[in-house]
This record gives sequence, structure tokens and C-alpha cells, in this order.
Amino acid sequence: MIEEKFISGTSFIHSLDPKIRILSASVLSIAAALCDRLDLAVVYFSMSIFLSLLAQLKFSDVMKRLKPLFWFLLMIWIILPITFEGNILYQYSFIKITSPGILLCSKITLKSITILLIFTALIATMTIASLGTGLHRLRIPDKMVFLLLMSYRYIAVIEKEYTRLLRAAKFRGFVARTNLHSYKTFAYLAGMLFVRASLRAQRVHQAMLCRGFNQKFHSLDVYPPNRLNSIFLLGMVVTSLSLIILELIWI
Amino acid sequence: MHISEGVLSGPVLAAGAAIAVAGTGIGLKKIDYDHIVHVAILASAFFVASLIHVPIGPASSHLILNGIVGLLLGFAAFPAILTALLLQSILFQYGGLTALGANAVIMAAPAVLGHYLFLPLLGKSSKFTFVGGFLAGFFSILVSSLLLGAALWFTDQNFFKTSLLIITWNIPIMIIEGIVTGFCVAFLLKVYPEIIPVNKK
Repeated sequence: MIEEKFISGTSFIHSLDPKIRILSASVLSIAAALCDRLDLAVVYFSMSIFLSLLAQLKFSDVMKRLKPLFWFLLMIWIILPITFEGNILYQYSFIKITSPGILLCSKITLKSITILLIFTALIATMTIASLGTGLHRLRIPDKMVFLLLMSYRYIAVIEKEYTRLLRAAKFRGFVARTNLHSYKTFAYLAGMLFVRASLRAQRVHQAMLCRGFNQKFHSLDVYPPNRLNSIFLLGMVVTSLSLIILELIWI
Repeated sequence: MHISEGVLSGPVLAAGAAIAVAGTGIGLKKIDYDHIVHVAILASAFFVASLIHVPIGPASSHLILNGIVGLLLGFAAFPAILTALLLQSILFQYGGLTALGANAVIMAAPAVLGHYLFLPLLGKSSKFTFVGGFLAGFFSILVSSLLLGAALWFTDQNFFKTSLLIITWNIPIMIIEGIVTGFCVAFLLKVYPEIIPVNKK
């Protein structure tokens, strides 16, 4: 179910410290999200392409990952141009296509792809364990990091339980249809998932206590200090800030 | 149900992030280290439950079940749902960093609210249990879609028609989530009542 295609790589981005990558991704994504000009959105978009190239992401894998986004974008391109008020570009009986609608759609398209590419290039290229380390070193509360690491660890396990339950239902002749029986079956299936998750949590917790769990996770990842880290972060921050300032004085 | 990146305006994103930080902070405070494994693995179950597709006529929709997570975890549902959303965006790319806060609020706030409103109904009688579960499921999706609509409306008032469209679109999902949550809660109370905090009183 889960394929982490981008985590194994030898690119420059992969060698950067997780902390630096999380910070840079946040700064650049926030700047891109705040941008309200189409021309600057193109600049951010090119930066995200540049980062993806730098991380040596495979084009086909990136496209596959962006597929849900493309469906969403298709939907807004159908809805927004006809529901927005403003300057009418084209009219066919009662359907009016307005220019603010088109402009907004283009901005959303560019910005959403940009932010997802930044995320893929900088964050999805590290293991969840590294992400945990990075977040911990950015002083995110320990409990939050613990939740992230622990629930990631058990997703695959719970997913296996789910396929097992579904297989058992299918063996007994269950076919999903739009009726109360199907919904009841799915409800019991989901309920069983929560029951198994809870029972497993008890066992895991006991096992952790037996092994002397003292509320701390230790990371085995080592990222040697590297001057490129600070240069990269500085570059990202300076670029984002100058683009924000540029947009402010442009108006 | 969530908002894609690049849609919401700065103030709305900032408000979403601020509320998410506050909610998560309160939630984390309520979780002690004896229960944190429980919350984490229920967050995984919530993640997996969102992969369950149920048919609605010719189409299908995936379950959301934030109502159940709210009933089971109370305020701890906030960090649990945030965790699941973050993992979804890393593993499936269903979102990026900037809308994470707003999306967490859209999903988690109704779940927490539902906990306080509908938990007292559970376990009184089998009818009350089903109705309580139904209302929790229905209410969670209703409020989630209202919040989503409000986030769009605050971004640009031109989004009004889109917001209405989204809320209408979600009505069948509200009903299905209500039915599934109702049955699910009744099932849990029968087979493993300890999981629902109502019995601890």
C-alpha cells in the first residue's frame, strides 16, 4: 500500500540535515502560499521544479503522486470560472466564464503544484524516522513526535488486519452494495479495526515497559555537520523573503 | 475531506494553524505516557479506515470516521487526526505543509465537539447508542463541511457558490457516516466496551 519511492537517493537534497529541510520547506511553502500574483507564482513554481531536479525525483513517480491533485484541479477548472462574478470573457446562454475565475484557477493550479513539489522534494525524501529527529530538534513536543513515529510504525500492521478482515468477509460471500447490510458490515469491520488497534496498543505498551521505555526515542541517524546546510537554508530564506518584499512593494 | 494547497488566503491559513496548535497543545496535555501508544495506534486505525471505500449507488466514497475518533479519544483526537493527516500528506501526497493546520481543524474540531455533545447518549439503551453514534457521525461531517465552506468563504466571498456545492455534495456522505458510526459504536459497546470512555465513569 505504502510506497516511499523518494526516500532512497543520493542527491544533494538527500544529504541535507532533516532540520534544515523542514525549515526550508516551511519557509518557502508559506511564502508561496501567501503569493497573490500570477507572475510571482510562476517564479515559485520554477523554484519548486528546480528543487525537484536537485532532489533527482523521477518524473513518472512525481506525476503519479500528483494525480489526486490533478483531479481536484480539473474540478475547480470546471466550477470556478462559471461561479465567479466579474468581467465576462465568454458567454453561452446562462453560462458565463469570467476572467477573475480563470485567473484564480491559474493561480491555484500553480501554487498547489508548487507547494506539493516543495514538500515532495524536501520532506518526502527523508524517512519518517529522520522527520521525527528533525521535528524533535526543532523543539516540536516529544509527545507529538512520538505519536507520529508510533502511528507510522503501526499503519502497515493495521492495514494488514484490514485486508484480513475484508478477505474473511469476501470468503463468506460479502459483496459491497448500496444497502444497509453493506454499511453495517463496513461499520463492524471498522469497529473490529479499532478493537484490534486498541488491544495491540496494550500489548505494545506492556512490551515497551518491559524493555525499560523511559519516554524517549533515540535516533540512530547521523547527519555530520556540513556547511552546505546553512548555505542552503540561508539561500531559501533570503529568496523567500525577497520575493515577499518584492510583492509588497509592487502594489 | 480537505482543502488542497494554494487555495486559502494567508489570514485563513494562519488562523487554521493557530487553532490547530492550540487544539493539539490541549490534546497533548491530556495524553499521558500510559495512553500515548493507544492514541498513536488508534491514529493508525483512523488512517487505515479512511482507505475503506463504501458504495453510494454507482459511485463510491471513502469513510472518514472522524466522529468515532472523537468519541473514543476526546481532545486527544486533535493530535491523533493531525498525525494521520501529516502521514497522509507524506505517504500519499494528499497535501503539503501550509494547509495542514486548516485541514486538521476542519477534521478534528467537529470530532472533539461531538465527543462532548454525544458521548452522554451512548450506553443508555441500544436505541440511544445508535442515535448517539449516528448523530456523532452525521454532525462531524456536517461541521467539517461547514468549516471547509467557511474557510473558502473567508478567503474570497466569490467562493460562496462553491461552498454551497461542497456542503450539498457532502449530504449523502453525512448520512452514510452517521449510519456507519451508529452501527460501529453499538458494535464497540457490545464487544469491547472498555474502548469507549463512557463506561469509565
